[in-house]
Amino acid sequence: MPTPLVVSEVRKSFTMHLRGGLVLPVVDNVSFSLKAGECAVLGGPSGVGKSSILKMLYGNYAIDAGQILIEHQGRLIDLASASPREVIEIRRTTLGYVSQFLRTLPRVAAIDVVAEPLIARGEAAATAHDKAAELLGKLNLPEALWRLPPATFSGGEQQRVNIARGFITDHKILLLDEPTASLDAANRAVVVDMIAQRKKAGTALLGIFHDDDVRARVADRIIDVSAFSARKTAA
Amino acid sequence: MNAEQPLLKVSNLSRFYGGRIGCLDVSFDLWPGEVLAIVGESGSGKTTLLNCVSSRLQAQAGRVEYRMRDGRLRALSDMGEAERRFLMRTDWGFVHQNPADGLRMTVSAGANVGERLMAVGARNYGQIRDTAVDWLERVEINTDRVDDPPRAFSGGMRQRLQIARNLVTAPRLVFMDEPTGGLDVSVQARLLDLLRGLVSDLGLAVILVTHDLAVARLLSHRMMVMKDGRVIEAGLTDRVLDDPREPYTQLLVSSILQV
Amino acid sequence: MSAIEGIARTNYAYLDEQTKRMIRRAILKAIAIPGYQVPFASREMPMPYGWGTGGVQVTAAIIGPQDRLKVIDQGADDTTNAVSIRAFFEKVAQVTVTTHTREATIIQTRHRIPEAPLGEGQVLVYQVPIPEPLRFLEPRETETRMMHALEEYGLMHVKLYEDIARNGHIATTYAYPVQVAGRYVMDPSPIPKFDNPKMDRSPALQLFGAGREKRIYAVPPFTEVKSLDFEDHPFTIQHFDKPCALCGSTHSYLDEVVLDDRGGRMFVCSDTDFCEERREAGHVGELGVPA
Repeated sequence: MPTPLVVSEVRKSFTMHLRGGLVLPVVDNVSFSLKAGECAVLGGPSGVGKSSILKMLYGNYAIDAGQILIEHQGRLIDLASASPREVIEIRRTTLGYVSQFLRTLPRVAAIDVVAEPLIARGEAAATAHDKAAELLGKLNLPEALWRLPPATFSGGEQQRVNIARGFITDHKILLLDEPTASLDAANRAVVVDMIAQRKKAGTALLGIFHDDDVRARVADRIIDVSAFSARKTAA
Repeated sequence: MNAEQPLLKVSNLSRFYGGRIGCLDVSFDLWPGEVLAIVGESGSGKTTLLNCVSSRLQAQAGRVEYRMRDGRLRALSDMGEAERRFLMRTDWGFVHQNPADGLRMTVSAGANVGERLMAVGARNYGQIRDTAVDWLERVEINTDRVDDPPRAFSGGMRQRLQIARNLVTAPRLVFMDEPTGGLDVSVQARLLDLLRGLVSDLGLAVILVTHDLAVARLLSHRMMVMKDGRVIEAGLTDRVLDDPREPYTQLLVSSILQV
Repeated sequence: MSAIEGIARTNYAYLDEQTKRMIRRAILKAIAIPGYQVPFASREMPMPYGWGTGGVQVTAAIIGPQDRLKVIDQGADDTTNAVSIRAFFEKVAQVTVTTHTREATIIQTRHRIPEAPLGEGQVLVYQVPIPEPLRFLEPRETETRMMHALEEYGLMHVKLYEDIARNGHIATTYAYPVQVAGRYVMDPSPIPKFDNPKMDRSPALQLFGAGREKRIYAVPPFTEVKSLDFEDHPFTIQHFDKPCALCGSTHSYLDEVVLDDRGGRMFVCSDTDFCEERREAGHVGELGVPA
């Protein structure tokens, strides 16, 4: 089975220059890999660095040492040393991310927010909008909201827009940062179902789920982040 | 056009004002369709850099090379004044912070948009006017204002008109100097949204100077942080803003007011 | 020569020889670069700016005792300005003056080109108030010079575009911009656009002098002079509904003359010499009297 993501000996700390150069270690020696068609879940107590790991894997946080190898269009690329341009390209076609919060844009309608990643991949606008509508329908977002900018939506509504946006493309790797946190049971079930479908389609998923029930239903394996905790090592 | 080759190559660009540094030893590449934000506080050299790259200001050292429409990379310093000015009004655009600097305030909106077309030889009034009307629509200006001078326009409309005036010749590279500066917040949001749409629809490469990090986050793929004329940090926009490495960048990011 | 005579004599044609030489050099350069505005050290003349100081200096630099000078103001030989300048050169250059276009070797003009076709060997000297055709939209001299140097003339069409946008047609009726020899865009001085076609490939030498603005420019004989326009709004000249009331001419530029305070008016040739010649040849308009 292909391994689209390999994380090897990654170290991350924050240097707080505004506080006299205080160094906050986050994680050290993070090593794991992700197979196509599996969903791994990052586990461990709050503050142990789970969200930071997802952000590093997405190129959102820089790392101090190590490699993040991603299989991108038949080539293995180290995200940690890739140029910004390569990172953008990898995000466009290979690496998807559903963040915890939606960063809303003024005046952009929910359906356009969802369709955007597909259009960026060259899909016709009409097809992308059909697919966006289908996903928003599946996630039970009232149709009256589709044409409105999501800035005024509730947390749960915004999260569903965010999930639809993340799932609309067929990225080979998908990172999920608590996608079900503010959803009700019915919509949680929809998301669980969507994850199962993506697994079947061969997507490699890595997520953070605080809901035990959801975690139990989607996780093939738990990666214990406490093992990489730099603070524990330092202590 | 080959997207695998940079559109613009800037190497070791420096500019001094007497003994003071304007910008020092700046190098970067820009690819087609890429939006690069240059951020920093007033006096950090970002506008100097923008003006040197766009050859509105002469750099004292370094090179700026541009890939012409025929695919050849040419140093701007090797071009004659005529060729450089032709490039600036066809394949390039420049959006000023103050629309009055980029518009002819006494002639109609239609003529403002049509000027670049006429400058490259368009001689059919009807076609020029149709194109101008079309562009007013694209920048959300009521087309019945086509014969009004920009003096009669609001600040936001003037800025949108300036953008239309620049984009009418389908440039591949647009320089923007604080395009949303001096506008009300609600007007700013509309302009940003419009710019975002145009940039991605037209596949424009943009060098955007701004001191507003929110504008940089919204519009740019990549950013460079300048301080005292030097580039002190560069990278993917969300990486620089969410995980700033340099002391000055951390100060800049931590100074944003959260709304 | 008596002592008094020696003191009283001025230089031939008023200007001193060094000045005339300087102006001739500017004229030669202007002829060599058709339509290009050559700066020159314009002198104080014994008349105010706006009365033809540029044209007078050009005429003074090229005139000789053998010349026959005609001076017109808006086509007429008998207006104050024309009479004064003619008298001035009669006095300072001992030159023969004439009102007949065909007889003149030098014709100094304000705002008209004579109706009678000019021939080889004739020189038409225009008085120019504002020589820069781009000034309307670009106030900076440094910038307009650059635009001329780089042939950036889009702005000229912006002016015409504005005309059409405001009036539905190109409403510029005088000082209508032209392009000379396919290169420089030039202000033809405030002549009616009716006269523009006469400049094109004229056998006469055309010289332009702007005294206040200190510029001289020229159109050499047989040079192409094209009026700027749009494909869908081509250049046209004015047409008059009526013929000249005095000579019946249907192909000359007419002035409106108010006859009384009850709305009575007539249209007559602005070129007085042309009108008189026609009447002498037997042409009569509806208000004219047979010669």
